[in-house]
Amino acid sequence: MIDFIDPIYLLAVIVFIFGLKGMSSPKTARGGIVAAGVAMLIAVVATAAAFFFPTTASLLGLSGTPALVNLALIALGIGIGGGLGYYAAKKVQMTAMPQMVAAYNGMGGGAAAAIAAVELLAGSGINGLSVAGAVIGSVSIAGSLIAFLKLQGWMRQRPIVYPLQQPTNIAVLIVGVFFGVLSVVMNQGVYLLPFFVLTLLFGILLTLPIGGADMPVVISLFNALTGIAVAMDGFSIQNYAMIVAGILVGAAGTLLTVLMARAMNRSIPSVLFGAFGATEEVGGSIQGSLKPIEPDDAASLLAYAGQVVIAPGYGMAVAQAQQKVKELVDALEAKGVTVKFAIHPVAGRMPGHMNVLLAEAGVSYDHLYDRDEINPEFATTDVVLVIGANDVVNPAAHRQGSPLFGMPILDVENAKNVLVIKRGQGKGFAGIENDLFYKDNCRMLYGDAQAVVGKLIQSLKTV
Amino acid sequence: MDVYAALFVVVLSAFLGYEVISRVPVLLHTPLMSGSNFIHGIVLVGAMVALAIAQTPLEQAVGFVAVVMGAMNVTGGYAVTERILAMFDRSKKQGGSP
Repeated sequence: MIDFIDPIYLLAVIVFIFGLKGMSSPKTARGGIVAAGVAMLIAVVATAAAFFFPTTASLLGLSGTPALVNLALIALGIGIGGGLGYYAAKKVQMTAMPQMVAAYNGMGGGAAAAIAAVELLAGSGINGLSVAGAVIGSVSIAGSLIAFLKLQGWMRQRPIVYPLQQPTNIAVLIVGVFFGVLSVVMNQGVYLLPFFVLTLLFGILLTLPIGGADMPVVISLFNALTGIAVAMDGFSIQNYAMIVAGILVGAAGTLLTVLMARAMNRSIPSVLFGAFGATEEVGGSIQGSLKPIEPDDAASLLAYAGQVVIAPGYGMAVAQAQQKVKELVDALEAKGVTVKFAIHPVAGRMPGHMNVLLAEAGVSYDHLYDRDEINPEFATTDVVLVIGANDVVNPAAHRQGSPLFGMPILDVENAKNVLVIKRGQGKGFAGIENDLFYKDNCRMLYGDAQAVVGKLIQSLKTV
Repeated sequence: MDVYAALFVVVLSAFLGYEVISRVPVLLHTPLMSGSNFIHGIVLVGAMVALAIAQTPLEQAVGFVAVVMGAMNVTGGYAVTERILAMFDRSKKQGGSP
């Protein structure tokens, strides 16, 4: 009975692994997260219970039952943090999910850094590992918060660049780590202040030059980093649950980061150091003009098409247009038109972003096609309706010298007609002019995606 | 902890993490990122221990921050993942009955 904590941690870790496994298939995904949630609850409750059994508490590195005030603070902290986290996650709009993941990931990184700080102040853990956990955790929280601010639009999304950026950043990191090592060697807590200030600053500086288009990759990278920071803390305080769960997330998160970067044809170093979207393309002048079209004319094009492919992007998410889009699909199918969705892996702000929104609106899986499946079909498609997507349909990706060159795109330009719903004449997230909009077979529908799709549905009724 | 035991744990966990994810469809990238984000919420356990051993007011304050942040990671990470996945469930039902 006394040594219950390690068996329970072992059980929790096993359930985490199966939970993660479950989350990698649509059928079992929901069961996966629920199982992981139950395991987490049990691990937390068991840890709290362990505090009251001196022998078990000593296994966690405690010398007896903690002081009452500490126990009260733990309960209060869980109450405040848990309540706040749950409330915000339930209340936020679905479109804001990417930045919420960034924010909660930052919280995890911050917790890891703070744990390391306590260990360093108290001198109780293994100090070298605590310093490593603190560095990685600090970078993760600071970077995640910048990513949150950029995605939330509270901060300029374009890369922020300045001269000698990389050398400056590296210098900040080196000096920061130096103070961390100094605090351990000299056993002086006072050096921890510049240590944390500089490592947090490094996290901010690292993220500033990264443009909005690369944010999903960066959030995924910080997610992996938080996992590693948690594992470092786990080593420091000898907690196997933290070690295994941390490394598990570190490895899975790293692979996920690579998969995402590959989908965008970007390498991790170029994401981190490339300042993608900061520079304008020079020389590539575009032929043609932007040609608007009335909703009535667009509706008749759609109504008499054999096959319509819809290519959604972030604009659909911003306008909350997914429900209207579903209505449009129903209206078109009632007229005997085949409707398919072309889902670019990185359309929106995160891989799978479009799938989530369309699922929310009730569009079934079998309507969704990924890039490789749908690209050969565009040549035989009558109308492609681009809803608020830009960079992922930009044929500039096929032109050498363009900043987008090499990125796999949806080749919607091959369709007979292309209709583009777009808020205004601005550029895409990457800040690059879109050749597609100037093609002869392309017509523009300006306006908020939800309003425009609403008009199309109205017009369809009269066709 | 034995250094080699620790390295075995790291190597095996890393392989597990890699294997478990390697065949995931793009559709699930976002929920999976969110789900793994939830799993590193186990940091809350460490934060509780850190606050439990805290002695000075400064240690208590930092430990308290750790617990608050760790708890946010847990509940927020869970709620976000659950919300995203709940949508897939709903679409499956609707998709089945045209």
